[in-house]
Amino acid sequence: MFRETALGRRKRRVEVVARWVLLGMSLALIVPLLLIVVYLVVKALPALSLGFLLDPPVRGMRAGGIWPALLGTIYLVVISLAVAAPIGILAAVYLNEYARDNWFNRLINLAVINLAGVPSIVHALFGLGAFVLAAHIGKSILAASLTLAVMTLPVIIASTREALASVPRPFREACWNVGATRWQTIRAVVLPNSISGILTGVILQVSRAAGETAPIMFTGALFFKAVEKGDIFAYGLFEQCMALSMHLYVIATQVPDVPEAIPYATAVVLLGAVLLVNATAIVARIFMRSRKKW
Amino acid sequence: MVTPPKTIEVQNLRLAYGPKEVIHGISFDVRRHEILGVIGPAQSGKTSLLRCINRTIEFTPGVHLQGAVRVDGEDVQKVRDVFALRRKIGMVAPLPVGLPLTIYDNVAFAPRCSGMRSRSELDGLVEQCLRQAALWDEVKDRLKTLGTKLSGGQQQRLTIARALSHQPEILCLDEFSIAIDPVTTMRIEEVLKELRKEMTIILVTNLVQQARRLADRTMFLWNGEIVELDRSDVVFSEQPRDRRTYEYVNGIFG
Repeated sequence: MFRETALGRRKRRVEVVARWVLLGMSLALIVPLLLIVVYLVVKALPALSLGFLLDPPVRGMRAGGIWPALLGTIYLVVISLAVAAPIGILAAVYLNEYARDNWFNRLINLAVINLAGVPSIVHALFGLGAFVLAAHIGKSILAASLTLAVMTLPVIIASTREALASVPRPFREACWNVGATRWQTIRAVVLPNSISGILTGVILQVSRAAGETAPIMFTGALFFKAVEKGDIFAYGLFEQCMALSMHLYVIATQVPDVPEAIPYATAVVLLGAVLLVNATAIVARIFMRSRKKW
Repeated sequence: MVTPPKTIEVQNLRLAYGPKEVIHGISFDVRRHEILGVIGPAQSGKTSLLRCINRTIEFTPGVHLQGAVRVDGEDVQKVRDVFALRRKIGMVAPLPVGLPLTIYDNVAFAPRCSGMRSRSELDGLVEQCLRQAALWDEVKDRLKTLGTKLSGGQQQRLTIARALSHQPEILCLDEFSIAIDPVTTMRIEEVLKELRKEMTIILVTNLVQQARRLADRTMFLWNGEIVELDRSDVVFSEQPRDRRTYEYVNGIFG
């Protein structure tokens, strides 16, 4: 009754090929990541310990730990997000919920998209010119954080808008129909149902801000600074600081005779921090999606 | 015979989306406490018309509106407090929209937006609206569950309860039965027969028989123009004034 035709056979063959090719591509994605992680961890193993995290580097960065750099990166990321997240989220709410489709808002959109594509070294030069020199902040944590904020802002705006746009329009119309203002609608329906997407977008920018070297190199990152072991208030807002990405660059290329394990261990810490943050984003998203309401 | 006062007056209303005019200068009245049926094929401007009345039309970019829509004698285009205008008009959309809130919050949303905070007042209002929408008995034990988890027919009644929650004087229903089963439709029609005692109802429908069952007067809107507006028994008779009405009502065209 169901005799297979030539076309049916061909469709089935294509189906099998497609499945395996696509699976192969997915594996090809994972393999290098695993290789990198395993390679790094194996190389780093001799140096890794809790002391490595909490100790300052000693003997011209050829021994000891990475505490000042780790702390500096945390400072930079936290401050840059404290600036970029509120501005980015509120701007995205305006653009998505209030802005009419006119030339001015289209211009803003265009600017946001293009800004997101600007290479980080250009942001670095902008930060140097705008914050360090023109605004007279000087090379400092503040200037570097602001530079990172400018770099992450357009992406936060874009991801937030995407999250807001995923809330179906009929929900908004239902609210308007009963006499709710736009803001009441946003508060009651739009934000609660897009907050997981918004936070995911913001958290993903943490890893980007933590990993970039160029923007902070000219604006506030330091070669070396003496910091007490485990001191969490080592830096002031207007001081320069060390940072993980910069530190890695320095010990890998600028300082001779660094034991091999130390740069690898630094890289593992940076990678681990990024993975930790991303994992937090994923868990947060799963948690909030489980409360999603439609 | 005394003509009841006019609740809504539409005067020479023209509406265009960009260059495309969809309503070509129509005029009609809706009288107090009547059910006005609006029938007509898709794209004839029925939904746009409703959106002109509560001014949600202005959320669509590029609309151009001429003429006047008056609610209780006031030109809606000149209303200062547009939110008060919208509270006066209950609007039920074609597809049921349970807001992603609990059943209770769905109904309490509008009163809260206009400042009602008292728990007992809200409780009373929520119960009253859900009863009016013939939903109370089905959901009274689970008011804290999500409105979006209800079935389609229940969600449509929830939508009606929400439309009643701001105590409107006018109720506009836009093809409310399009996504629900005939039994639920009949239950909602019973609800409407109750509600007509206290409010003015505009019933947009593409079920011709629904207008015949419920409407005091029926308007046949076609391509943005009123073909006929008369008492329902005339519109649905063997001899309406316009031949096209007869053909549409009897399924010969449209």
